[in-house]
Amino acid sequence: MQALYGQLLVGLINGSFYALLSLGLAVIFGMLEIINFAHGALYMIGAFTAYFLLQYGGLNYWWALLLAPLIVGAFGMLLERTLLRRLKGLDPLYGLLLTFGLALVIQGVFQNYFGSAGMPYAIPDQLRGGVNLGFMYLPIYRGWVVIVSLVVCIATWYLIERTRLGAYLRAATENPTLVRAFGINVPLTITLTYGLGVGLAALAGVLSAPINQVGPLMGADLIIVVFAVVVIGGMGSIMGSVITGFALGVIEGLTKYFYPEASNTVVFVLMVLVLLVKPTGLTGRAN
Amino acid sequence: MASITENAAPDKNRSMADEIVGFIVMAVLLAVVPFTGIYPYFVMQALCFALFACAFNLLIGYSGLLSFGHSMFLGTAGYFTAYTLKLWGVPPAVGVLIGVAAAAVLSVITGAIAIRRQGIYFAMITLALSQLMFFIYLRAPFTGGEDGIQGIPQGTLFWVLDLSHTNTLYYVVVAVFLLAFLLIYRIVNSPFGEVLKAIRENEPRAISLGYKVDQYKLLAFILSGTLAGLAGSMKMFVTQNASLTDVHWTMSGEVVLMTLVGGLGTSFGPVVGAFIIVAMQQYLASFGQWVMVMQGAVFIICVLTFRRGIVGEIAHYFKRSL
Repeated sequence: MQALYGQLLVGLINGSFYALLSLGLAVIFGMLEIINFAHGALYMIGAFTAYFLLQYGGLNYWWALLLAPLIVGAFGMLLERTLLRRLKGLDPLYGLLLTFGLALVIQGVFQNYFGSAGMPYAIPDQLRGGVNLGFMYLPIYRGWVVIVSLVVCIATWYLIERTRLGAYLRAATENPTLVRAFGINVPLTITLTYGLGVGLAALAGVLSAPINQVGPLMGADLIIVVFAVVVIGGMGSIMGSVITGFALGVIEGLTKYFYPEASNTVVFVLMVLVLLVKPTGLTGRAN
Repeated sequence: MASITENAAPDKNRSMADEIVGFIVMAVLLAVVPFTGIYPYFVMQALCFALFACAFNLLIGYSGLLSFGHSMFLGTAGYFTAYTLKLWGVPPAVGVLIGVAAAAVLSVITGAIAIRRQGIYFAMITLALSQLMFFIYLRAPFTGGEDGIQGIPQGTLFWVLDLSHTNTLYYVVVAVFLLAFLLIYRIVNSPFGEVLKAIRENEPRAISLGYKVDQYKLLAFILSGTLAGLAGSMKMFVTQNASLTDVHWTMSGEVVLMTLVGGLGTSFGPVVGAFIIVAMQQYLASFGQWVMVMQGAVFIICVLTFRRGIVGEIAHYFKRSL
């Protein structure tokens, strides 16, 4: 049973990353109609930023948790202003191609300087060790990751669905021209939204740094799994993508326990099943 | 909203003469390569990718569906051809047939799943499906895992053409490529191809005219996947090894890049793009990962400033259809 609970926990942690990343993709897609292929690369930059802050700035994990999303988010806003903005009015597929190119550039640059191997990032002192829950041993850091992502996901949901700022965002998605006529700066809103989505990816990167090693390719395969998560959940609802993310992580964890050979592929197989039964995704509306 | 294939040559005033001249020029250039001192293996490899890109272009250029998983067809056909040639000792033609058939079967299955969504979802689904195939091949016993299948015998085609002879192999590859190119040209300009373009331009209208849109898209997907498979099988005779590189998502990205650089929805664009990208990889190989950075940069530049691609820009400038 210990092993089962262990795999469930690993599943929950992977699910946290899926949830944070697919949430960011959904937020960006809602506003920009772009599928951000560079999301995995930006997640990787988030982890590297934490590493640099510690290595060269002497700033510890807690600073990284705060600063990395801001720094990478600002970088994302720069990308939006200089590159993505130019695609306005074009087929959304161009956005996918452009961000794919961005991902290649970012990954290539990091691979040149850091090779393909990962570098370790220590767990902060306050979160070391673990607690014995009676039925299993829970490493504190892993519990922390799950809780932080849950809180951030719910906060993002609250921000978009329940606050005035979120209402502006949603209105600008529905009808940008009209919202602009009301005096709301829609282009700025778009930039901030992209920054928010990228910031979420960077946060996931910082959270993952002590668990998975910090390496240039850490986001490359992950983003494909997250795409499958997004196809399964549909990008219509914020909560939908969060729940789907966590659920798929857990299912993946269970697969690792019961049938380890399929643990790499289970999310893709589920995607196929969902497409056969409900092509619009679990929470998706028909286009 | 501007379609991704806005660069497709205008249908009015189109004349087939431009394309026929283009085809003859291409055929003559390919025929004289062995007498010029150009390394024939480079041209053969580029031709395999050119066919791959033409097959990919059949889908994106004429039906507007962007597949981000076409490496699965290239790699599947390659593995099946390589395995049957090496371990069963089948003749080359049979090996190619088996490889292409495998790609065809895979494209029927994956196509039926993927066409249930459109646009960017279609791209994400095809990418995820090809990643699924990647993990299957990584574990499957017959693919040799990380090592792949090496030292594939080239054999003798139709009992007379010794494919281990460089020039013989070269002309066989050129012949297969030219025939496949003509086949694709024929498909695109058939009534079927016209319906595909109609669906691309205005799907609701095509539906209202009574076309079973999904069947057309599925058939386009199968044709594209099968021809990509032919490229994969042909590649086995040139490189003589099948590896996971051919099924990896980076390969799917490369074929998108080749087609984009040359010109989406043009007849000759994918060929030009394939030669440029393959040349770039050959001559810049010593720069290591910088090649990846450059490819990414080319993607960004193409999307921002150069969406018609090289051939598309030329065709647009001279108001020709190429």
